[in-house]
Amino acid sequence: MPGATRPEQRPIAPHLQVWRWHVTMANSILHRASGVALYGAALLFALWLMAVAAGAEAYAPVGAFLISPLGQIGLYLTVAALAFHFANGIRHLVFDLGRGLTPADADASAWFAILFAAAAPAGLWALVTFGA
Amino acid sequence: METRSRTRAAGHGAGHFIAQRATAIALMLLAPWFVISAAFLMREGGYIAAIDFLTDPLNAVGVILLLAAALYHMMLGMQEIILDYIHKSSTKMALLLLNTFVPLALGAGALFALLAVNFGV
Repeated sequence: MPGATRPEQRPIAPHLQVWRWHVTMANSILHRASGVALYGAALLFALWLMAVAAGAEAYAPVGAFLISPLGQIGLYLTVAALAFHFANGIRHLVFDLGRGLTPADADASAWFAILFAAAAPAGLWALVTFGA
Repeated sequence: METRSRTRAAGHGAGHFIAQRATAIALMLLAPWFVISAAFLMREGGYIAAIDFLTDPLNAVGVILLLAAALYHMMLGMQEIILDYIHKSSTKMALLLLNTFVPLALGAGALFALLAVNFGV
């Protein structure tokens, strides 16, 4: 076509490699990731109830695992995933009401959810270990 | 028209949306309650502490509600993830079935376990 711009002179469209990291994007990904992790945790919780019902002897190794370092790390990370999903879930419920959707608000609440996920398990661990 | 009928929404979107939010609101109370109680009352990981916790009637009812809300909520969430990322229809169907059967089976087992702990089946 006469007068058409040659392909190499056209502006380049945004592409998969061209994006800016953003905290709201991280939260979106983390919400799904923590949800999937909690899915596994809930299934293990159901198995834990069955282990309790199976009697003291059957439960002994389960209880021992839960207070072992590996079990404690697992529980700590589960609480962190839950804290994140909890805070970010509330954020989404607020979004559903049509509030908190300006970029500044959405960024602030996104950071809050991340900070809460970091602080909540640490706070609970400290309370259980050193508190009452 | 053939393609259209295959890609059309099932018409359950509003129900899914509302159920996901309703269970989310229930879990806003139930999940922190369980985590905090469990962390304090069962911190030693012992069998007796677990039995003591689960045989308190309020705790037992709370755990039943927690299980119901959590399993329903996570099935809805996982369904969304499967529909978003899995495009091969046989795989998608298999995963959707698993996403229904596994939580329901473990939920039924957990509920029975809780009744057994309380009523000595």
